[in-house]
Order: sequence, then structure tokens, then C-alpha cells
Amino acid sequence: MSVDDVFKYFVGLISFLSVLTLFLMVLELFRYSLPVLSLKFIFGINWNPVAGSEEYGILPYILGTIVTSTIAMIVGVPISLGIAIYLSEMAPNFIRKTLSFVIELLAAVPSVIYGLWGLFIFRFWVKDFIEEPLSKYLGFLPIFEGEPFGLDILTAGLILAIMIIPTVSSVSREVLMAVPNSQREAVYSLGATKWEVIKVGVLSYAKSGLVGASILGLGRAVGETMAVTMVIGNAVGPSALPTSLFKAGQTMASLIANEFNEADPTTLHPNALIGVGLILFVLALTINLLAQVMVWRILKIKEGTVE
Amino acid sequence: MQRYWIRKLKDKMAYAFCLTCIVLAIVPLGSILFEVTKNGLPALNIDFFTKGPGAIGEPGGGIANSIQGTLILIGLTSLIGVPIGVLSGIYLAEFGNTQFGRIIRLTNNVLMQFPSIVIGIFAFLIVVLPIGSFSPLAGAIALAIIMVPIITRTTEESLKLVPNSIREASMALGIRRWRTIVSVVLVSAKGGVVTGIMLSIARIAGETAPLIMTILGSQWFFYGFTNPMDALTLRIWRLALLPYEYAHQTGWGAALVLIILVLSLNVIARFLTRSKYKV
Repeated sequence: MSVDDVFKYFVGLISFLSVLTLFLMVLELFRYSLPVLSLKFIFGINWNPVAGSEEYGILPYILGTIVTSTIAMIVGVPISLGIAIYLSEMAPNFIRKTLSFVIELLAAVPSVIYGLWGLFIFRFWVKDFIEEPLSKYLGFLPIFEGEPFGLDILTAGLILAIMIIPTVSSVSREVLMAVPNSQREAVYSLGATKWEVIKVGVLSYAKSGLVGASILGLGRAVGETMAVTMVIGNAVGPSALPTSLFKAGQTMASLIANEFNEADPTTLHPNALIGVGLILFVLALTINLLAQVMVWRILKIKEGTVE
Repeated sequence: MQRYWIRKLKDKMAYAFCLTCIVLAIVPLGSILFEVTKNGLPALNIDFFTKGPGAIGEPGGGIANSIQGTLILIGLTSLIGVPIGVLSGIYLAEFGNTQFGRIIRLTNNVLMQFPSIVIGIFAFLIVVLPIGSFSPLAGAIALAIIMVPIITRTTEESLKLVPNSIREASMALGIRRWRTIVSVVLVSAKGGVVTGIMLSIARIAGETAPLIMTILGSQWFFYGFTNPMDALTLRIWRLALLPYEYAHQTGWGAALVLIILVLSLNVIARFLTRSKYKV
């Protein structure tokens, strides 16, 4: 074996560490959460870490994660697509560069600072401008039940929406820019307006990539911890069930952040929290793999075409 | 076919919608930068940068221990993460056109978007439990798992930008492949590699969740590898949840320090790439 081969296998081995990490992670999470894993763990709603009367059911937190991420997607994805369309199809060159940079800064802000801002500033925006009108006019609907307070599921969902915008919009922009120009020219030649070109020629062509970009955003929303922990109100047990958007809730990630250091190692409490981590792991892995495959497919087309 | 003016109107509405979206995204960023500066500036003074926090509930004291902790974490993490990231990037760029390479690339992409709190639990299980105490090392390992995929990706991309003629020229001189990669290709691409390293440092400096179960946070300066340590992000979180006005102000001050660190790393990194490769 030559020196070159040694080098090749050495760097190959190093790069294999990432696969090993992922593999070890699932193994370890599974090993420690085994004592609590059961159907009752996933579908139970009670949460009681007191030794002697221990009970661990995580359904409210699974639903909390689903509801907050759904809000984030409903609000964040259209905004991100609008930004991506503007940046790739409408903006003049110098505006495109500056704006892309600004949006990327949004991604660089640490999540604990989003949380701080959410806790002291954004929360009042949500309460005054969104929740109070909703509660006044649509308060009879069960999902808008309760006193608007600002530290609740809706605020958590909206802050997640802000946080997924950079991810979704920058990947979507890449996808849109990968659409070959012949697509646009064909529609222009039929006498279409710009919007028609975008709708018929670009968006329909890039659909799967855009879905992939959105799913990538979903992955971020599902795993986001700090900002959510600071604004969601941190309810525990049956009261954490997300029956109204104006209620304090809890997501899987925020539950782990809140309770991990207080868990008594002689009880099953740490194991239950690690179990929540395992569910989060499986969820994030599925979402990310799906997104990667969908984004890849469309970006690959770019490499194949000659422009 | 619809009337022309309706089609034109739709076109204008689409344009207006997109502009609204831009505004909606910029408002939070503007507000965050404004509030952090407004509330954080009054907290800054000499004590703030030289002292650790006082007793809980007592005003005064600073965040020097948290700044120290964050710097130690950045150092330790880079020590672990940079070599692994750069070498993995070399593999993917130079030999990675195989099934094995594709699997590595996919894994890295998945890890890059992975919930950091799960990575924190993992570091807790493999480091904190065996050694029996919270440790800066556990924090660094968790952060390195976040750092490596970022560096791997940027290293791979910048090595691929190096034209093949440079590799061929070097090998035509009889220089071995590995030496060519290390001394010629890597050196030509160093701007991009350094950019990736800076971006990854900015990312890990802002991480909080994985630190909760690895370094725990503490009142004191660093005192050994088997003891808890503080970090800026953890300090901001704890201060924000305290019911005291002074604590909130210190929290905003710490946020200002953190955001300046993170954003300047980002801005410098982008500037480096822009001048070199015209992205």
C-alpha cells in the first residue's frame, strides 16, 4: 500500500466518524430509554416524576410539537416563498445581494436571543395585535379560548415561523435559481406577465424542491429548543394538551430543556426524558432525510442541463 | 383568456405580496438588533467584563466567567472539530465520488440540521455519565458534533472550486497525491476553508440547548475539566428567567456581547469569500 492509499483511507475513516456518531446516538438513546418505552409512554397524558407514583406519558408534548410546528409552517412558508420569489425572479442584482445577506443574518442570530426578544418584546406584540383581536371577535371558537397572555402556544409557533424563514427562503431561492431559463422564456414567448411566468414556468417546475425546502424548515421547527422554552409557558401533564392556542403548552424539546437537570437519577425521570429525545431523533431523522431527497432531485437537474 | 388589466393587476399583487414578505422578515431582525442594543448598552461597564455574577438577587457583578466559558468552549470545540471537519471535507472533495462518499454526505447534511438538544443528550450519555460529573469536555464534544458537518461541507465545496489543472501541475512535478492535496489544493482553497471555520464558530457560540446537560452553567470561573462551567448563552437564559429587573438588564448586556461576536464572525466570513470567489 502506498502513502497515497494510507492517506485516502485515513481521511475516509475520519469522515466515517459522522456516520458512526449518528449510529451511536440512536443506540445510546435507545438503550437508556428502553425502561420507559411502551404504548403508554407515547399515548399517555400524565407526567409525574415523583418517586413511588411515577407516570410518564408524552402525548401532550408530541401534540405541542406538532401544533407549534404547524403554526410555524402555515405562517413561515408563504413568507419564505415570497422572499425567495422576489430574490430569484424580481429583484435587481444589487438588492438581491444585500437582501440575501440580511436574511442570512437572521439565520445567524442565536436562538437564545430570539427567546430573550420573544419573552420581553415579541410576546406583547402577539398579545396586543393578534391575540386580543382574535379573542374579541373569534373567542367563541375553542382554539381561541382563554385569556390572551402572550406566553403561549401561538407565540411559540410564531417565533418558530420567524426562525424558519432564513432556512426555507435560502434553500427555495437556490431551487428557483436552478430552474433553467428556457422555462421562463417559453412562457414569456406566449405573452405572459411576470407573475404568470413565475406561476406556470417556474413554480410548477420547482415544486418538489420547494416542498423539500419547506420540510427542511419543519425539521428546524421541530428541534428548536431555547426560543420555544422561553415563550411557551411550560405546562406539564394534561394541562399541556394544546386544546387552545392561548394556553401555555410544552414541546418535546422544551420539556427536555426544562427538566433534564432536575431529574432524579434514582427514578425513571431521566430515562423518560431520554425517551423523548429518542422520539425527537426519529422525527428529525425522517423529516431531514425526506427533505434532502426532495431538494437533491431538483438541484441535480441543474447540473445536467446546459445553459 | 382573462382581460389584460386583470392579469396585470394580479402581476402587481404578486409583486406587492413578495415585498410584504421581505418587510415581514426584516422587521423582527431590526427589532432584535434595536432592542438588544438599546437594553444591552446601559449594562456595559468595567465590572460587567471583569467580574463573575454576584449572589442571586443582588445587583452588580458581571459576566466575565460566562465570556471565559464561551471562549474555552470555542477553543476546545475547534481543537476537536476543525481537524475532523477539514479531513472529512478533503475526503469528500478528492475521493468522495463513490457510494460511500454519498452516504457520508447525506449523513453530514442530516447532522447539520439535527436538533441540538438531542446531540446534547448524546454527549451527556457518552461523557457526563461515565466520568460522573458535568464537564467542559462534554460541552465541547456536543458542539463539535454540530461543528464538523458545517466545516466538512464548506471545505468540500471550496476544494472543488480549485481547478484540476493545479492538481495536475503539481503531480506533473512528481509530487505525490496526498502531498498535492495538503500543500497545493488545500492551500489554494484556504480562504473558503477559513470562512467555513468562522461560520461554524459563530454557530456553536450561539448554541444553548446542548450545553444545559453538558456544562450545566456555574457562578464561577473555569475550575477544571470535571466541573461545571458557564457560557454566555446559558447565562442569558438563566438571567432572563430570574424575576429581577437588574438580571434582565445584565441578560440584555450579555445578549449584546454574544450578538456582536456572532454577527461580526458572520460578516467577516462573508466578506472573505466575497472578495475571493465573488459568490
